[in-house]
This record gives sequence, structure tokens and C-alpha cells, in this order.
Amino acid sequence: MTPMKRIVYREWRISPQRYWSLIGYLAALIGIGALSFGYLEHEGHWVTGMSNSVVWGMPHVFAVFLIIAASGALNLASIGTVFKKPIYKPLGRLSGLLAVALLVGGLLILVTDLGRPERLIVAMTHYNFSSIFAWNIYLYTGFIAIVIAYLWSMADRQGAPFNYPIGVLALIWRLALTTGTGSIFGFLVARQAYDAAILGPMFVALSLAYGLAVLMLVLFFCFDEEGRPIGPRLLRRLRNLLALFAALTLYFVLVYHLTNLYMAKKDAFEHWLLLNGGFYTLVFWAGWILLGSLAPLWILYHPVLREQRTWIIAACTLVILGGFAAMYVIIIGSQAFPLAMFPGHTLLESGFDDGVQGAAATYWPSIPEILLGIGGVAVSLLITLVGVRVLQFLPESLADEVVAPDEEELAEAVAVKPA
Amino acid sequence: MQPLNATQEQAEISDQTEAGIDRARRSLIGAAAGLGAAALVAPGVILQTLSAQAETAPVTNRVRWGLLIETDKCAKGCRACIDACDHENGLDLQIPAGSPNKWERQKAVWIRKIKLQDHQTGRITQFPLMCQHCEHPPCVDVCPTGASFRRADGIVMVDRHLCIGCRYCMMACPYKARSFIHHNTTGQLTAVPRGKGCVESCNLCVHRRDYGQDSTACADACAETGHHAILFGDLEDPESPIRRRMREIQNRQIREDLELNTGVRYAGI
Repeated sequence: MTPMKRIVYREWRISPQRYWSLIGYLAALIGIGALSFGYLEHEGHWVTGMSNSVVWGMPHVFAVFLIIAASGALNLASIGTVFKKPIYKPLGRLSGLLAVALLVGGLLILVTDLGRPERLIVAMTHYNFSSIFAWNIYLYTGFIAIVIAYLWSMADRQGAPFNYPIGVLALIWRLALTTGTGSIFGFLVARQAYDAAILGPMFVALSLAYGLAVLMLVLFFCFDEEGRPIGPRLLRRLRNLLALFAALTLYFVLVYHLTNLYMAKKDAFEHWLLLNGGFYTLVFWAGWILLGSLAPLWILYHPVLREQRTWIIAACTLVILGGFAAMYVIIIGSQAFPLAMFPGHTLLESGFDDGVQGAAATYWPSIPEILLGIGGVAVSLLITLVGVRVLQFLPESLADEVVAPDEEELAEAVAVKPA
Repeated sequence: MQPLNATQEQAEISDQTEAGIDRARRSLIGAAAGLGAAALVAPGVILQTLSAQAETAPVTNRVRWGLLIETDKCAKGCRACIDACDHENGLDLQIPAGSPNKWERQKAVWIRKIKLQDHQTGRITQFPLMCQHCEHPPCVDVCPTGASFRRADGIVMVDRHLCIGCRYCMMACPYKARSFIHHNTTGQLTAVPRGKGCVESCNLCVHRRDYGQDSTACADACAETGHHAILFGDLEDPESPIRRRMREIQNRQIREDLELNTGVRYAGI
């Protein structure tokens, strides 16, 4: 067993040309997102694909993905601090930074998609506490404050004694946050696809997978750009963790749909989504299940592929794409399916886009909506890149001899030690 | 020093005198103008107050406004209630934008006509559907700012000053009764202000309530056609026509399973 070295954190020292070109690229995306926002607010939401049936469109797909990925990104910090796995400790700072960056990007999309974004001050001064949304305003801002304190406790010697208690608080808070995000949908009694308490914990599971996948991609990118090493031991840990979380999401999806299939009143919805939903069925099976869950699992458990960095990167990318597919199905598919107002009846006519003959509502994302979402992602990445550039977020090395030994090896070492 | 002091004193004295003169003069002119204005305006104010007394009276929970819709009286092809609602609330002033299909999906609709067929029996029913004015409205529960609210008299509506356009209420409404204003608005009615980016829905002609008028535009229009399928009234008063009629005929709520205790009831579905 090699002795553990002290972890040294260093700013990201890529060449200024490379750094500024990355910043410029992201700034351009943010600029395009800002223009989309201006266009959308000037014209009104009629320029989007949204309607009175599908009231939340692509911006929400991006925003909710980023928000749950944010809480998931914090997971590695929690494993290091709260569950006391020292091998993950060097990733705690990046984990915290990403959590804040992703949340800010997601919230920005939510806010810029409001019908009246200039009234944000109203949302800050008038609260209706029976609304999960109102609770979330506190959960989100509280999360940012707690994670900043958490980062301080990791980086500053004076903060070290508070590291564990803040870590515990951050863990509890992030669980509440993701459950709250899932409950935005779970508490809606009106819609067939929602009205399910399992959406809360399911979102926690989704967050673990998406947050880790994003963190791994950012980590690989930052380390590769500068030539910092990641040893096979940590890589194996991250890889196995991602596989576990991907499997966990599948478990929740399975339970959710099995429960629905058991209830006669949800038959129509399940039949539609799983078989007859056209594009939504395709996105569910091909996007979420096959590409987003089974394919990464196959890669991550494949004896040869799982050893190759490129394939691990592919698995992370697939998990993220699967995440967007999942959000599309959960957010848009669930709205497109008509409300079950009259069980046992067929709607023959309506003066509204109302599910006549059981037809799903029409929605196609418009380009400004997508650009707005990409702008939010770019904000998250910009915060991350500037963060790792100017502050000491990234460990200098994650090579095997630097990171903490595996606990299994420690146990073995103790066992073979002569008495 | 002295000349300076003297100047200040003189200045103060002259200020006081001027002020004194001004005050007396101004108060006289002011009183005259005030009396004149009062004489001119008072009769109007008094008349206005008398004619619109309900406007200042607080909304009370001694009444609960609601509708009873008798589906067997709702005539095929008739859309009098919808046209009346559109006219009353300025929805007919909307200017179509985008393709006709898109406009159908995005325009504001407060009341729509539904035609249903029973799977088992093939029986066809038609009726208007609007905000159901629930006692426990999901839209009010989920609204983050409290813009979606329920008045003491049972009317569920949106405070257009507080609505931030998040559309969570539209996600929560089991009746899909709400519309988001997707377009710029032009030529609004004074009684029904509308604005791009807010959510709106049937408010049982709340402006009529506040001016003490009897009915809603839809109920009036339906009565004018002779169908009398929509009855508006006070659900709290056991002797009101709506309550009497509700005692006489079987009626129910849409999505009774949610136990929202809706203020709009339907007979014949």
C-alpha cells in the first residue's frame, strides 16, 4: 500500500488563448440565449411551441435537468464529507462549484421563461406557502448559500471544524430540494402522469445519475486540457457509481410504471406512453430507456469497454442525453396526454385543444426555446470554467498514489499485519 | 457681521409678511375653488356612489356564487354563451397570430363547449365548460405568489398585478380552464384588464358582481336564446333559484373524486 499524499489544489492553468476562446464560445451561446429571451418576452409566448395545453416547454426541460443535476453534482462532496469516504474528498470542491453553477443556470432559464419576468420581485415579496414553488424559492436560494459555506469549510483552515455539520446540512437540504423539484409534478392531482409521490424520490435518483455524469465530463475535460492525471482507482470508483445510479433510475422508472399499470384509471395513459404515443413513446423507449439507461449500463459493466476512458465518457454523455429524454417525457409528454375529466366517455368536440377523440396535444419546440435552454447550460459552464480558473477547485492530481487508499485494501492491510 | 445680521432679519420679516399675505389670499382662493369644485362634482359623486354602492361593500362569504348547467337544455350547435363571454370580457378583441392551428391552441378561451359520448351507451351530451370555482382550488394551492386566489364569495380568479406568468396553476387545474395570454393585447375593456404574460380564466363576470348586477354574460345569453341551460346564483341561500333547482334535479361535479367542491354543477352527465 502506498502512503497517501497531501492533496494539492491548483487553479486551472491552461493557456490564456485556450481559456479565452472557451469563454468567448460560451459567451456567444449566452448572448444568443439572451437574444432569445428578449425575442420571447417582446413578442409573447406565442412564438414558442407552448400552448394552453402544453404550458411548460423546452425551457423547463433544460431548467429542471440542470436543477436536479445541480443537487446530484453535490453528491460526491457528501460521500467524502458525510459518508467519510476519503477517496472522494479531492472532488468535493468541484462538486460544490458545479452544484451552484448548474443551479444558477437552471434557475435563470426558469426565470427568463416566465410570462412576466420583470415581476420577479413579486415572487420575492409575496409568498403562498401552500405552493411547492414558493418553498422551492427558499430551497434553491438556501442551497446556494449552504453550498458556498460548504466550499468555505472545505477550502479554509478555519472552516474545517464546520465541514462535517455543514456537509450533513447540505446533504439533507439537497434531498429536500430534489424531492421538492419532483413534487412540483408529484403533487399535481389533475394529471394522469403526475399525482404520484414516487416522483419525489425518483427525482433524487435521477439527480444522482445526471449530476455525476455532468461532474465526470467536466472533470475529464478540465484534467485532459491541462494534462492532470486521473488514476485507474478513482476512475473505477466513479464508473461503478455511475452504473449504480443509472440502475437506480431504471428501478424507479420500473416501479412508477408498474404501479400505474396496476391501476385501471391509469391504463389509458400507460397505453399511450408505452405504445401509442408516437414521438413520446420513441423518446421514452429509445431516448430514456435504451440510450439513456441500458446503453450506459452495458458500457459500464462491459469487461473491455469499461476500462477505456473514451467509453466512460460516452456512457456519461448517454446518461445526460437520456436525462434530457426523461425530462421531455416527464414534463412535456405528461402535459400532452389529455386530462381525464370524463372517465368512460369520448370527447367528440371541444372549442379548445382538448384531447378530442383522445388525441394528445400538439407541441413542437421552437428554436428560441431551445436556444434559451442552451444559454442556461452555457451560463452553468461559464461559472464552472471561471471558477476553476481563478480559484483552487481542482486537485492537482487524482493519480492512484495521491488519492486515499481503498477501504478494502486498508482492511486487508490490517488483516495481514502481524499481531 | 452686523450688516449681515441686519440683512438676515430684514429678510426674515419680509418673508413672514409675504407668507402671511400669501396664506390669507391662498386660503380664500383655495376655499372658493374647493367649494366650487365640490358644488360641481358632489352631485356626480353622490349619484355614482348611489348607483354603484356594491363596489365599496366588502365581499362576504354569506354568498357563494355558482352555476348550474343543465346539459339536456344545451342546444346542439349553439354557442351563445361563448360569444357572450368573449364579448363581455374583451376576448373577441384578440388578434390572431401564427397559423390557424396554432392560434386555436394559444388563444385565450374562458368558456368552451364540450361534446361527449358515453363509451357504453353511446349517449351524447353537450355543455359549456369553464372554471369550476372550486372551494379547494388546486390552482390557488400551487400559485407561488398568491396571485391565483379565491374570493370570500367563492369566485376563483387571478390578480393580474401579482401573476408572474409561471403557469403552474394551468398545470394544476383539473379542468384545463385557464388560458395564458400568449400575445400582445390591444383595445382592452376597462372592466376586464388583460395583459400579455399573465394567466386568466372565467371569473363569473366579477365586475358584474361588484356592481351588484344579477347574472353572468353566459347565463343571460343562454336565457335570451330560450334554452335556459345555465343558471347563475347564490349557492349559500337555500331559497335562491339555483339552490331550489339543484334540489329538484340530480346534479354532480366534474371530477368529483378530487373532492374540490366545485361551484359549477352539472345535471345530466
